[in-house]
Amino acid sequence: MIDGSQVLVTAGIILAFALNGAVIFTILDVKGASWMQRRPGPLHVGLRGFIFPLAEIIKFFQKEDITPTNVDSAVFKWAPAYVLASVFGLFVVVPISPTLVGSDLDLGVFYLLAISSLSTLGVLTAGWSSANKYSLMGGIRAAGQLIAYELPLILAVVGVVIQAETMSLVGIVEKQIEFGLPFVLSGQGLAFLIFMVAATAEMMRVPFDMPIGESELVSGFLTEYSGVRFLIFYIAEYMNMFVLCAVASTLFLGGYHVPLLPTEWVNFYGPVVLLTKTVLLGFILVLVRWSFPRFREDQLQNLAWKVLIPLSLLNILITSIMKVVF
Amino acid sequence: MDENLNSGSIPYVSEASVSVEIETEDMTLNIGPQHPSTHGVLRLVAKVDGEKISSVEPVLGYMHRGYEKLAEVRTYPQITTLVNRIDWVSGFANEIPFIAATEKLMEIEAPERAKHIRLILTEMARIASHFVFNGAYALEIGALTPIFLAMEDRERILDLIESVTGGRFHPNFNRIGGIKPAAGSGPTTKKNIQDLPAGFYQDTRDAMEKVLEAVERMENLVGGNEVFKIRTKGVGIISKELAEEYGVSGPILRASGVKFDLRSQTDFLPYDKFDYDIPIGENGDCYDRWYVRLMEMKESAKIILQAIDSMPSGPLQTKVPKVIKVPKGQSYVRTENPKGEMGYYVISEGGLGPYRLKVRTPSFSNISILPVLLEGQLLPDLIAIMGSLDFVLGDVDR
Repeated sequence: MIDGSQVLVTAGIILAFALNGAVIFTILDVKGASWMQRRPGPLHVGLRGFIFPLAEIIKFFQKEDITPTNVDSAVFKWAPAYVLASVFGLFVVVPISPTLVGSDLDLGVFYLLAISSLSTLGVLTAGWSSANKYSLMGGIRAAGQLIAYELPLILAVVGVVIQAETMSLVGIVEKQIEFGLPFVLSGQGLAFLIFMVAATAEMMRVPFDMPIGESELVSGFLTEYSGVRFLIFYIAEYMNMFVLCAVASTLFLGGYHVPLLPTEWVNFYGPVVLLTKTVLLGFILVLVRWSFPRFREDQLQNLAWKVLIPLSLLNILITSIMKVVF
Repeated sequence: MDENLNSGSIPYVSEASVSVEIETEDMTLNIGPQHPSTHGVLRLVAKVDGEKISSVEPVLGYMHRGYEKLAEVRTYPQITTLVNRIDWVSGFANEIPFIAATEKLMEIEAPERAKHIRLILTEMARIASHFVFNGAYALEIGALTPIFLAMEDRERILDLIESVTGGRFHPNFNRIGGIKPAAGSGPTTKKNIQDLPAGFYQDTRDAMEKVLEAVERMENLVGGNEVFKIRTKGVGIISKELAEEYGVSGPILRASGVKFDLRSQTDFLPYDKFDYDIPIGENGDCYDRWYVRLMEMKESAKIILQAIDSMPSGPLQTKVPKVIKVPKGQSYVRTENPKGEMGYYVISEGGLGPYRLKVRTPSFSNISILPVLLEGQLLPDLIAIMGSLDFVLGDVDR
C-alpha cells in the first residue's frame, strides 16, 4: 500500500537525484570541453568554477521568457514541461540500491523504453509550435531520429532481457551479481555498444545532434525558447544524459554493485558505485561530443537501419542460442 | 504553379508520394543574413523540399561599405588603411596588389629587403587565414574543438605580424615604394632605421615549427575522423571545367585539379627565389578543398623559413616624393590571396588619389558558383559546401 507521504518522499529523493545528476553532468561536460580545448573554462563562480551551474540557473531565471507573436502559445509553453516530465519519469525505475528505487516495476525495462521515447514528442511539438522554419526542421529531424534509434535501443536491451530472464531492473542487476560478471563482459558487449550509440542519438548529442545542429539550424527546436523554458530544456537534456548513462550502467555494467564487495552492504556503497559508473560513461560521451563532427541526417538513418538494427538482431540471435545451449 | 497547370505540363510531384500523388510546395528558407554559418551577413534564399534544396539565390550587399567609392576621395597612402579591411582575415595580403598597382603606375620598385618582408608577411597572412578556415570549417561540420586549437595556433602568427607591423589584423604596413619601419624598433631617424624587431628570425622559426605541428595535428584530429570524411568526401564536387567556367580561383580551383597559382607569376614579390610545391586536389570535393588549404599552410611555412634565411640587407624604401602624385594612366595587378585571385584596377588622372579603383575580390567570384553547386543538395551539405568555399563577407561586398 502506497500512501501519500511515501510518494512525496520518493518523488523528493528522485528529484534530488535527477537534478544533482543534471548538475554533475553539466559540470562534467563544460569542464571536459575546456580541458579538451586547452582553455580554462568557467573559473570565477566559486570553487574554481565548479559550481557555475548554479549561477547559470539563476541567470536563466532572470532572463525574460519571450513568447513570439505567432507561436501556438499553449503548446509552445507546455513543450518543455513535457520533455522534462518524460525524462524525469525514467528515474523512477533506476535502482540506486536494491531497496532505494522509486518503483521496482516488473516491466521496468518496458516502461523505461516506452517513457524514453515520449520526450521526442515534446521536442516535436516544441519545433512545430515555434512557428519558425528552423525549429520545425529541428523537430522533424528529432522525430526521424527517434524512429531510427528507438529500434536498435530496444533490440539491444532485448538481448539483456533474454539473458537475465527478467524485465525488472533490480532483477537484472541481481542476475549480474549472481553471475559474477556484468553483462558487458559476459555476452552483451555488442549490445552495450549499440545501446550507447543509440542512447547518444536519443540524447541528441554530437555526433547525432542534428535536431539542434547549431551550424545548420541555428538552434533547431530550441531557437525560439528563452529564459526559464530554455533552462528546462537544458536541464532535461543533461538529466536525460545522466539517466541513460545510469540505465546503461544498470543494464550492462552491473548497476549498483561491483564484484568482490559484500552484497549485504550494497545499500551503503550502491549509490556511490552507480554514480561512479554513470560518470565514467558520461565522460566517454563528453570525449565523443568534443571530438566528433556531426552526421548528416540520411547518414544517421543509414547507420541505424543498415548497421545497428541488423547487428542488434544478430545479438538477439546469438544470445538466444547461447541461452538455449547453456 | 498556375502557369504549369494552364500549359498542361506535369506539376512538380514530391518524391515522398507513395500511391497518392501529393503535390507539395517548396518551402522558402531564409538562411541568413543572421545565421551562425554564413560567415557574417550572406543571405541565401533557398527553396527547400524537406531537407532537399531545389534552388538557392545568394543575396549580397549586407556588408557593403563602399570602399571602391571611398578610395576616390582618399590619397594613395590613405587607401592602404581601407584595403586591408576588405578581407580582414588576411589583412596584409590585401595591401600588396594595391601597392603593386600604384608602384607600377609610378614606375618605381621597392627594394629587395622590403619585398622579402612583404612576402614573409603575406605568407603569414595566408597561414592565419587558413587557420581560421580550418577551425571554422570543422565547426560548421559540427566538431567544436578544432576551432579553439586553430585560433590558439593563429595567435602565434598574429603575434609575429604584430611585432613587425604593430597591427594584428590591419597592419597598414605597406608604403608606396617600400614598407614602414617596424613598430617598436626605436626612433626612425635616417641613420637608425631598424626594420624587423629583435629576435624576429628566431621567433619565426619557432612559430613555423609550431605551424607544421599544428598542420599535422589538424590532419589527424579533423582529417582522420571518419565522420568528417563521410561528410566531406564526394560532397559539392566542382569539376575542372565548372571551376574554370565560373572563374573560381585560389585553393578551390587547385582542389579541382587545376595547377594555377599566381605566386609563380608575380614579379613584385620574389617567389621565384624559393622552392615550394603547389598542392592540388583530385576530386574537387569539400575534403579536397580542406586538404589543399592545409597543405598550403605547410608550403607557406616552408617559404617563410627560406625567406628569413635568405633575407637581403638594404633599405626599406626607394626614393619617393613626399607628396605622392601618380601619373596619368591605368594599371591592373593581381595576386594570389589566401582566398584566391585578388586584383586591383587603378585608374589615375594624375591627382593625389585614384580616379577610380576597382577591386576584383576572390570571395565574390568564388561564391558565384554557389547556386549551381547547391542545387539538389541536402541542407547539411549546403553548410559543408558553403564553408568549404571559405569566403569572407567583407571580401564579397567590399
